[in-house]
Amino acid sequence: MAHVIHAEGLTKSFGSTRALDGLDLTVEPGQVHGFLGPNGAGKSTTIRVLLGLLRKDGGRVDVLGGHPWRDAVALHRRLAYVPGDVHLWPNLSGGEAIDVLGRLRGGLDTARRDELVERFQLDPTKRCSAYSKGNRQKVALVAGLAADVELYLLDEPTSGLDPLMETVFQEVVRELRAAGGTVLLSSHILAEAEALCDAVSIIRDGRVVETGTLAQLRHLTRTRLEVTTREPLDDLGSVAGIHGLKISDGGRTARIEVEAEGLGAVVHLLGTRDVISLTSTPPSLEELFLRHYGEELGTLAVAASGNGSSR
Amino acid sequence: MSTLTGTWHLVRLALRRDRVVLPVWVAAVAGLAWGVVASYQGTLLTEADRVATATFSAGSPLARVFDGPASGTSLGAMALVEGWKILAILTALMAAQTVVRHTRQDEETGRAELLGSAAVGRHARLVAALVVALGASLAVGAVSAVAIAAPSGLGWAGAWAVGMAAAGMGGVFAAAAAVAAQVFSTARAANAAAAACLGGAFLLRAIGDVTGEVTDGGVVVRSAWPSWLSPYGWGQQVRPYAEDNWWIAWLFVALTVALVVIAFVLADRRDIGPGMVPAPAGPARAAASLGSPFGLAWRLQRGVLLVWLAGLAVFGAVFGSLGDSVETYLADNEPMRAMLQSLAPGGDPVDVYYVLTMAIIGVAAGGYVVQGLLRMRAEEVAGRVEPVLAAAVDRRRWLASHVAIVAGGTALVLLTAGLAAGLSYGAASGRWAEGVGDLLAAAAVQVPAALALGGFVVAVFGVLPRWAGPITWFALAAALVMGQLGKLFELPQWLLDVSPFTHVPLVPAEPFDATPVLWLSAVAIALAAVGFAAFRHRDLAIGA
Repeated sequence: MAHVIHAEGLTKSFGSTRALDGLDLTVEPGQVHGFLGPNGAGKSTTIRVLLGLLRKDGGRVDVLGGHPWRDAVALHRRLAYVPGDVHLWPNLSGGEAIDVLGRLRGGLDTARRDELVERFQLDPTKRCSAYSKGNRQKVALVAGLAADVELYLLDEPTSGLDPLMETVFQEVVRELRAAGGTVLLSSHILAEAEALCDAVSIIRDGRVVETGTLAQLRHLTRTRLEVTTREPLDDLGSVAGIHGLKISDGGRTARIEVEAEGLGAVVHLLGTRDVISLTSTPPSLEELFLRHYGEELGTLAVAASGNGSSR
Repeated sequence: MSTLTGTWHLVRLALRRDRVVLPVWVAAVAGLAWGVVASYQGTLLTEADRVATATFSAGSPLARVFDGPASGTSLGAMALVEGWKILAILTALMAAQTVVRHTRQDEETGRAELLGSAAVGRHARLVAALVVALGASLAVGAVSAVAIAAPSGLGWAGAWAVGMAAAGMGGVFAAAAAVAAQVFSTARAANAAAAACLGGAFLLRAIGDVTGEVTDGGVVVRSAWPSWLSPYGWGQQVRPYAEDNWWIAWLFVALTVALVVIAFVLADRRDIGPGMVPAPAGPARAAASLGSPFGLAWRLQRGVLLVWLAGLAVFGAVFGSLGDSVETYLADNEPMRAMLQSLAPGGDPVDVYYVLTMAIIGVAAGGYVVQGLLRMRAEEVAGRVEPVLAAAVDRRRWLASHVAIVAGGTALVLLTAGLAAGLSYGAASGRWAEGVGDLLAAAAVQVPAALALGGFVVAVFGVLPRWAGPITWFALAAALVMGQLGKLFELPQWLLDVSPFTHVPLVPAEPFDATPVLWLSAVAIALAAVGFAAFRHRDLAIGA
């Protein structure tokens, strides 16, 4: 089967704001694909274009082999959507809202619905107006995840959930993947993405700046090594691809960050120095993410300190 | 007092939040009060006219039910007997809703918690809400008094007296709403309870006024004791421009204080958040009927439809039953007769009265059309359309569900009002067949005009969604003004022709003409088609 989602050069503007600026995104069948970026980067806009709720200004986009705007209804029977900001009818009960949304999509598996209501510990007899944010989120999660479909579009689906429910959510997503479903999971919770995703795309200012499997992405960043040896390590700095070298303990303990390309040479050199201990930390998703947003953080920090000193 | 810390800040916050809505209420009430006085000054020119009208008001049980006790033949007194329902009902609703908005609604949405965590005393929110509502009520009273006295030259004493009565209504219902806000856990229920109290107050004095006795040569009604149990009745017993009973102010003050004390006692015995009556649990599963876009739309639309259906049926029944007494009244009132005759030469004046009545009901049904169709925009803005259209629901089908319900509802509302008018005319006059046939026909010809307005609403919803609310309510208000006052202000015909209601055939005063009806239907369909096409191609507003 071809790609489940394939977008190329997607653009969308709201007035003078350019929300999507040439976005490329490919999601393969059977993947849980993380879609990462801070608020305002264009995650929700992308998902709404994929749903045909917003009309793209330019570019190409395919969802399940169809056209999201033209074939919206046919496609929506084959996918489920969980919004991050759930608005429900105040005078309907949670159970009614779940059934309405499920039936409008073409029916839902009542056994699965009841099971999810149970697992998410939702009281379906409460009026939607009486639900907390987390409980409204659970209504949308049950309605979406109880669907037996090919594609799940989850837009920050766990906002407002407590850690226990977050665990339940992760279990359910793994079950969906095991059953052959494809998931696009937009999130800014990196731990969640790291725990669930096979592949991620990082979005910034309306374009995808990095995409690939987690293994591929890790390849792009540095691994942190902390090593203690019997022989001195003074010449470690001469190996290509090494950063932030810090040597202590008379040249026998070193902390370094190594680019993927330099790892072989480093290990080779360490082999000749009689290693006592070695810890290696793979790059976290957070570091991947900060690689793309680091300069923004830097600017914010400068601005903050600037403010501080002026008062 | 520590329980009141922060009250002043909360008052300012409430005024900031209500900076548009409260001035609009005050201006609307005062403007309507001015309008009633002006229309009385324009129509009741001689003492003979006034005596005829006052005799009718005092003698007709229906006039006593709806307008209250007649208080003589002074122009100010007569105008304010008629105008009191506007002043009383609107001021009471304004005050009650203001209190609920700043108490129960804040608790429901969780804003109260945020405020409660700040340096804000336990009673500060309730006190602030009451301060704002009472202030607004006093403003309504004062501005209305000026609007009544200044342009008309009727004198200030009666105007201040009725202003006091209006402010008193506001105070009592602000306090009643404060009690309801402690008892019920949703703003909706608290507002409904306050409105039910208002309905009860209206009913109580209606009984007192109907069972009262006519005195002073048939132009004054002395109400029976039930009127004195109702704050709505107290306002009428002030009898502005006749007796100016200022001592009644103490009744308003006493009841307001008593209710406020009850509200504070209740507030001390409960936590922030839940009311004393918990919201009832709903079904765990949806009924089978909720499974389609139409089923969902019906669930969202039925409440509005039922309210309008009941409201206009009562309205129709009242007007229908007056037909018989209108005949008698017109026999003695030559200027009125001539005025009606000029609208439809050759028509029977009573028939013209029915044409005018049905024109009002037609525009009122336009209010249902606008409110019903704007529900779609409300759903869109609240973000509730998004999950529906993200399911397998075609946009046209979603739109068609709402449009079909409102279109069918419009026909149902108008025909029910016409039938109610016909039946009550039949009951009053004994001429059943004539009444039901004529009045049903008069109501039916309004349907295409109301639907043409509906087509306009759908078109605006599709093309200019952001402006849908203001544009369509303005269109309805314009249609109302043109229909009622167009001739009076001598507006040019081309402008009057813009309103669909101008084109409604004057059935039963004149024979039915199919041409305008067909044109109005065609316009309704064409405008709706524009709306459908535009909605299909536009972005959805994303919920806030």
